[in-house]
Amino acid sequence: MPAGGTMPLVGRSYRISLPALAAASLVLVTTALVLVFFVAPNDADQGFSQRIFYFHVSIAFTSYLLFGLGAWKALVHLWKRDPNADLESYVAIHQGVIFGSLVLITGSIWARISWGHWWLWSENQLVLFLVLFLFYAAYFMLRFSVDAGPQRANLCAVYALFGVVLIPVSFLAIRLAQKFIHPVVFTRHGASFGGWIMVTYLVSQAAIIVLAYTLYRVELSGKRLDTRLRELRRAYA
Amino acid sequence: MNYAADVRALARKDLLLELRARDTLPAMLLFVVAIFVVFHFSLPTRSSDLAASGLLWVAVVFTALLGLGRAFVPEREQRMFDGLVLTPCDRSAIWLAKSLATFAFLALAELVALPLFALFFHGIDGTTVLAFLLADVGICAVGTLVGAMAVVTRARDLLLPLLFLPLAIPILIGGVGASVVASPGRYLLFLALYDALFAVLCWASFEYVVTE
Repeated sequence: MPAGGTMPLVGRSYRISLPALAAASLVLVTTALVLVFFVAPNDADQGFSQRIFYFHVSIAFTSYLLFGLGAWKALVHLWKRDPNADLESYVAIHQGVIFGSLVLITGSIWARISWGHWWLWSENQLVLFLVLFLFYAAYFMLRFSVDAGPQRANLCAVYALFGVVLIPVSFLAIRLAQKFIHPVVFTRHGASFGGWIMVTYLVSQAAIIVLAYTLYRVELSGKRLDTRLRELRRAYA
Repeated sequence: MNYAADVRALARKDLLLELRARDTLPAMLLFVVAIFVVFHFSLPTRSSDLAASGLLWVAVVFTALLGLGRAFVPEREQRMFDGLVLTPCDRSAIWLAKSLATFAFLALAELVALPLFALFFHGIDGTTVLAFLLADVGICAVGTLVGAMAVVTRARDLLLPLLFLPLAIPILIGGVGASVVASPGRYLLFLALYDALFAVLCWASFEYVVTE
């Protein structure tokens, strides 16, 4: 291979292959759909529409995991200068924002059906995701207005670390804001959380996490292929 | 030279520069007065004092944004950044000195803005002043770091508010809460927590922002 020696080492090997992951997420998502729509019991006061909860909450939790992963990879970049970590951090945050938008959409639908409003400032989770959405949208603006290189990797890593601190701080702040912006009107799920509800929730949660990880790996391999192609082109030119 | 002396020298440089050029502070003062006039006409006659209190916080955050946007302009225009990074001192001293200078400008702007607000709208109690002091620490700590980020990007002035405002939302919540509720203790505590958390984070990560 020409100029192979100058090429930076991009990519790493994983224990689970991508096809296996894709198959696992297909099986899990199908099982979750069956459980959510046919097995889980109807909610006593919200009826059928409450089933969106299984996706809404699973997706929310998963996007926290993705933001956490992005921050962890950012830390690895700053700490060990691992050449893969910057791209991995970016891809994790990108997936996190996609799942975060889904949280806003599913939350909005749920709010509309249950309470008749598309948006409720009294829903902490929704408000928090709006703040995070703004924050991570700014992350992309930052990333795309600096030329690729070590400086961009550093700036993005620092900003990603800020995000993971902002999550609990904003959560606390939004809880505090409720005291003077809005009284807490709606409390959710005072009832027990057992039996099929628990099983369905856990399966949906697992399905969404595996799906997110699969998408993360797919995007990562695509981006790496891109980088490699560009380097090969440059080497031949 | 030890750390404190480095910080003092760097902060002194910023204050001296402002004293001679008078670039930032007059602009901040004018801006905050202008924004009060704008607010007066955006608040209908019978709107509550609480609304005005909330708007005061908006005014201060935007004024701070104006100051932060100017903070690294001398470094950029005179190509001083490389020189600063090469000086034999801890890089975090650059952040600390710049934060202190920005804090001084913001505090001076508030020294004019708060009495003016009391004159135009309604009186301000000690708790609000304390909340502003706590908020200023957070605004300057986070804003200086984000300002250093924005100044190396292509978008520059455009990017600073986008990067800064999501991080400032908790400050705004804490500050407005402390100004409008009867028992503001927990809001002040929250602001102090924010300051401590983000100051440590900025202090630790500034080096990576200015180096490769």
